Amino acid sequence: MALQRIRIGRMLAYVAALAISAFILAPIYFITLSAFSTFDAVYEYPKQLVPKDVSTDSMSLFLNADGIVGSLQRSAYVAAITIVVCLAIGTPAGYAIARFAFRGGNSFQLALVSTRAFPLIIIAVPLAVTYLRVGIDDTVYGVAMAHIAFTLPLTVLVTASVFAGISYELEEAAMTLGCNRLSAFRRVALPLALPGVAASAIFVFVTSWNEVFAAAILTFSNRTLPAQLLVALDASPLPHRLAGGFFLLAPALVVIFFIRKYLLTTWGRVAR
Amino acid sequence: MTTIAHEPAPLARRKRRWEGLPYWLILPTVIYIGLFFVWPMIQGFGLALKDETGWGLTAFRTMVDDAAFSEAMSFTFLLIVVIVPIQFVLAFGMALLLNARLRGGGVFLYIFLLPLAISDLAAGIAWSAIFTERGYLNTILEGVRVVDIPFIFLDPTSTTQLVLVVAVAEIWRSTTFMMVILFAGLQGIPRDYVEAAEVFGAGFFQRVRHVIFPMLKPSIQVALLLRLIFAFEVFAVVIALTGSGASVLASEAYKWQATNQNEHVAAAYSVVILGLSLAAAAVVLVALRTPRERRLR
Repeated sequence: MALQRIRIGRMLAYVAALAISAFILAPIYFITLSAFSTFDAVYEYPKQLVPKDVSTDSMSLFLNADGIVGSLQRSAYVAAITIVVCLAIGTPAGYAIARFAFRGGNSFQLALVSTRAFPLIIIAVPLAVTYLRVGIDDTVYGVAMAHIAFTLPLTVLVTASVFAGISYELEEAAMTLGCNRLSAFRRVALPLALPGVAASAIFVFVTSWNEVFAAAILTFSNRTLPAQLLVALDASPLPHRLAGGFFLLAPALVVIFFIRKYLLTTWGRVAR
Repeated sequence: MTTIAHEPAPLARRKRRWEGLPYWLILPTVIYIGLFFVWPMIQGFGLALKDETGWGLTAFRTMVDDAAFSEAMSFTFLLIVVIVPIQFVLAFGMALLLNARLRGGGVFLYIFLLPLAISDLAAGIAWSAIFTERGYLNTILEGVRVVDIPFIFLDPTSTTQLVLVVAVAEIWRSTTFMMVILFAGLQGIPRDYVEAAEVFGAGFFQRVRHVIFPMLKPSIQVALLLRLIFAFEVFAVVIALTGSGASVLASEAYKWQATNQNEHVAAAYSVVILGLSLAAAAVVLVALRTPRERRLR
């Protein structure tokens, strides 16, 4: 009796998991389908639910449209700058939190957590005004600086959690064997932390790649991909829009595959 | 105890040598956050409260007098009221499913996590392909003969329909975020507790209600807190799905900054968004606080 109840429970769990998976996958499937259909298939109704007229027409229309290749490049630049700066400044701070008990350390950590309570919107508008005055409006650097401000706190917290998971004794052992503090960090702690740090870099990439509000406000002609898509939303033909949506969404499929374990262990804990 | 007093000298010296190190390590982060987060935020308040004529509430008055303000306000609130409760239940269920260690759980994990890396703009575009009049949902509904002629989901005259459509897309996109936090919390609950409850005859729902829920409270608090804060920023998904059919607070801020080129009103909107986020956070903290005497140690 009890066994039967457990079996029914398992089955219900499977049904629920499958239903939720279908709900999540459906839009991804449909936009992929549209992005790789002929123009006729994109406009026709009723729609094809299985791929029949597969073609790269929409994709090439999108990629050859004015400003798209440029915006893709700029999105990549912005994300690259954001990652490099975030790691360069964030990793040492994360290491400090994980390794040292210092006065003010807790308040520093608390301050980083509380930055998450402030929407990006409230820093984007003043930054737009400042950039105009300083003359870095409409540049990838300006957008990157806003993205760094937004992703740096999380980078510090995640790397702190990564270093906290690596035993300090390993570094101490290296130091007794003739390493100094820096080389012990470089040759022992850093290699061990690398997968976790890479995962946080990937998450920074996703945040920057996806960010649209600040990017749209801080640029006028040198737009990133999401900003370009957003402002052209009303004006662009349907195949263009769908192919663009697919381009924006596609990295998620790869990225999540690589960081899925870290998301749950490190990131989930840090988010608290 | 006395050994502490006789600590070997070299160690003590080394300790002192490194005393300043953590501060040097965090210094760049502190400076950056100060320059590009704290300072712009202060400037934001300045922009909202001061214009060419001096200090005052002019920007806020312009904002409130604009007809779009109350529309944006009510649409944002309606969205949050519909989205957050549904997605909390869904996120909790998804976290429980992942925690149940089903066979093939790795695949479910991958699928459940996907929306976390998908932008609100991409979500809006993907769902617009489904909800548009000549879209996939109507194709399916007609295929199974639920409707005879395509149903207009994105009817710009019906706020209710627009709210529901945007809510579906937002639930799709942002539930994972809550799930990740709840799942991390679930993993912190010792299996013994749940098993003990099971041994004493607690059914599934009793276990959830009396064991899992109370122990998960801190995670629930954080998940709701962060989700509510981000919910007031809802932006691109609304534009992608409704065009100019609906406006939310963030899209109004964008409009005032980018189209009307009035940074004072845009800043006023961002101050309103910040205020509402913090107020919502306070409500969650108060509503879900654990009385001191009932706290677990």
